[in-house]
Amino acid sequence: MAKKQPPGGQAPVVQRIRIRYAKRGPLRFTSHRDFARAFERALLRAGVPIAFSQGFTPHPKISYASAAPTGVASEAEYLEIGLRERVDPARLRAALDAALSPGLDVIEAVVASEGTGLADRIEASRWRIELSQVDPAAAARAVDAFRAADDVQVERMTKQGRRAFDARAAVTRIVLEERSGVPSEAGAAPCAIIDLVVRQVTPAVRPDDVLSGLRAVAGLEPPVPPRVTRLAQGLLTSQGEIVDPLEADREDASIGGR
Amino acid sequence: MSVASVFPQLEPLLPRVSKPIQYVGGELGAVAKDWDAATVRWALMYPDAYEVGLPNQGVQILYEVLNELPDVLAERTYAVWPDLEELMRAHGVPQFTVDAHRPVRAFDVLGLSFATELGYTNMLSALDLAGIPLRSADRGAEDPIVLAGGHAAFNPEPIADFLDAAVLGDGEEAVLEITGILRDWKAEGRPGGRDELLLRLARTESIYVPRFYDVDYLSDGRIQRVVPNRPDVPFRVAKRTTMDLDAWPYPKKPLVPLAETVHERYAVEIFRGCTRGCRFCQAGMITRPVRERSITTVGQMVRDGLEFSGFSEVGLLSLSSADHSEIGDMCSGLADQYADSNVSLSLPSTRVDAFNIDLAQELSRNGRRTGLTFAPEGGSERIRKVINKMVTEEDLIRTVVTAYSNGWRQVKLYFMCGLPTETDEDVLQIARMAHEVIKAGRAAAGTKDIRCTVSIGGFVPKPHTPFQWAPMTSPEVIDHRLKLLKQEINSDRSLGRAIGYRYHDGEPSLIEGLLSRGDRRVGAVVRRVWEKGGRFDGWSEHFSYARWVEAAAEVLPEFGVDLDWFTTRERDQAEVLPWDHLDSGLDKDWLWQDWQDSMSEYEQDDCRWTPCFDCGVCPSMDTEIQIGPTGRKLLPLTPVNGMRVPA
Repeated sequence: MAKKQPPGGQAPVVQRIRIRYAKRGPLRFTSHRDFARAFERALLRAGVPIAFSQGFTPHPKISYASAAPTGVASEAEYLEIGLRERVDPARLRAALDAALSPGLDVIEAVVASEGTGLADRIEASRWRIELSQVDPAAAARAVDAFRAADDVQVERMTKQGRRAFDARAAVTRIVLEERSGVPSEAGAAPCAIIDLVVRQVTPAVRPDDVLSGLRAVAGLEPPVPPRVTRLAQGLLTSQGEIVDPLEADREDASIGGR
Repeated sequence: MSVASVFPQLEPLLPRVSKPIQYVGGELGAVAKDWDAATVRWALMYPDAYEVGLPNQGVQILYEVLNELPDVLAERTYAVWPDLEELMRAHGVPQFTVDAHRPVRAFDVLGLSFATELGYTNMLSALDLAGIPLRSADRGAEDPIVLAGGHAAFNPEPIADFLDAAVLGDGEEAVLEITGILRDWKAEGRPGGRDELLLRLARTESIYVPRFYDVDYLSDGRIQRVVPNRPDVPFRVAKRTTMDLDAWPYPKKPLVPLAETVHERYAVEIFRGCTRGCRFCQAGMITRPVRERSITTVGQMVRDGLEFSGFSEVGLLSLSSADHSEIGDMCSGLADQYADSNVSLSLPSTRVDAFNIDLAQELSRNGRRTGLTFAPEGGSERIRKVINKMVTEEDLIRTVVTAYSNGWRQVKLYFMCGLPTETDEDVLQIARMAHEVIKAGRAAAGTKDIRCTVSIGGFVPKPHTPFQWAPMTSPEVIDHRLKLLKQEINSDRSLGRAIGYRYHDGEPSLIEGLLSRGDRRVGAVVRRVWEKGGRFDGWSEHFSYARWVEAAAEVLPEFGVDLDWFTTRERDQAEVLPWDHLDSGLDKDWLWQDWQDSMSEYEQDDCRWTPCFDCGVCPSMDTEIQIGPTGRKLLPLTPVNGMRVPA
């Protein structure tokens, strides 16, 4: 009796493309799993020559950088795909964007250069937290108290159960934006906007953990769920700025013309 | 006057509920139409959670058929989970559609598709959240027409008080006719109000308007008669049958959700109807005659559907897919077309014969192998004769041996428990059959590493079947038999280890039985259960047997009947059944004869291959069997070069 053999013959990867995409508006409620399914279908709809893994159940070659939590919008999500044929990244971007629902938007596609992988180019995220119906002065007091603290213990449910951890150390920047008080959408209610930069650590410190921290240090209780948007991901410079992780690939493409 | 989206009110609630994406919409294939430009507006509801409702074929087909009309708008709504329901009540957010988040009450029609009776309580939640009075009699000019369809609509009596109308059978043409009636009535300035509109619907003789029928009861609780209370309303309402499925190739643009749903595939019905004559099978009885979709239409639908949706799985659906007259060519043609792709093709298989393995083998040529499922339904030769499932044990063993020797390592076997005349012995035979399957499978595969899963469903007698007169078996007896069966499966540890055992308790089936064969008096039970918090009765974590039993005990005694009376009681030939005025085309005398034949274990052939046995459907509905073969073949696909930008 022949041993079970996985069917072979999947074409090899000849090109890697890195993609920046956004999760906007109502589609910010898409979970990472939901996005992954939609993206795989978009590859098929757009006729992208995606490469598949070997084995009994071949999977498309897609790897994701850390995904924003469900319910959080993002302007800076990243993934990398392996292709079995070379394509023009600009055409790929347009085709994928058209194949995804509006609100899941493909912003940029570049050919991956040699050297560091995507994951090695991401160590921090920048977030915008809109606290509608929150008095900017109260938010400013909470932000000051948070910044002044050395350690802010918060709790979150994880797969291992309820665990407590420090939400302060990972935060490299937390300021109240000057245009706070001007709501992003029509309506007269006050609005406080927080600009936040957080390092990727384990356990992850997410925007809602920082909000728990603001509650812990200053009793800040937003009356409606905050709107959170990830604005950028990348390496942190010594000045605290975030470096676009696709920058190196773009430079490489313009030099090498790959 | 335009209708505003409720999304601004809904949005702040979404971060507080589980899986908010299900309430957001944004599916591929969803249509956003201008409210003011439409003259007739439909809200279509599948009364279960989004993850179950979204893939429903019926809703997807009607959604597309209606939205293709320039002056018609159709949107979809699903049952919201209790976490959101509570928040919606607290914040005054009404039941909404997921397409444009419009309030359901603003539509002209709320069309509900009932695949199962266990969605009845969810309908009441939706009506209540929408601000629509629960009882048809209490609705006014501002309320939509509440319309039921789907298989459960072949006996809508338990929800008759909550419905304005019901349609039996295929919906494609029915929704167009209803749209036409509504359009005219609105254009004429709504003459005669709601009553006149319902009367116009009833006069079609194929739309059931419960309020135009009175039910009288005998002193012993049985129905005396059901008669129209208006002069020009028909005594019997006929089912709809869509002929020529090639002319209705829907869904063309399947809905592709962002949320995870129970079926992530493009499904194509390859035929409707079934004349195998399994006596328990309501679907097989009420969807007659067999109407095939041709091989070329199926091929075109698969191609277009995959290209549109990006799905990587195709299901070729029907009640018995291997029976399509062109199934061999269809499977090999599709296998050729998708040989170099990662698309998986599946044929939900219920027929127990080796031909099915050939087809499955063919479909899995590209390495995407799907599971094999067979449904002998009954454990003993005797009980299979009672239910007219013409499969011998040798057939089954031969079939699974073929499967195991062709590389399958696992098969699923479906059975029922609680069938008419069933004894403990009939059920225990399931264990012996499973043991034989494993023994023969191990010998054929040359390895011990094979499995089979035995899945047991509870039998529920359904209207318009030969078992509509049958007594149900009590949950205690069912549960006892299921326990004996488990012991018997594990009586041989070596074989038992290779057999998975899945079953449902007897209690939910009994309630499904109450709702399936209930009459208008059961409506009070449904309402009582809903008032006590009953929701999502098809979900074991939400279903409460005690709640149904209590509600039945509270409201039924007033009518001199009880839960047992509706479920475990055998009916006699003379009894007027609650659905006798609803015409599925099946001759009641033929059904009775088939019930008698069942008791004497006499089998009935299939009229596709043997002469007509006069079930009554074709002459009474003016329909005929539509089968091939057409003699045509699927041509190779021309490969698409490079990337395309989807429409």
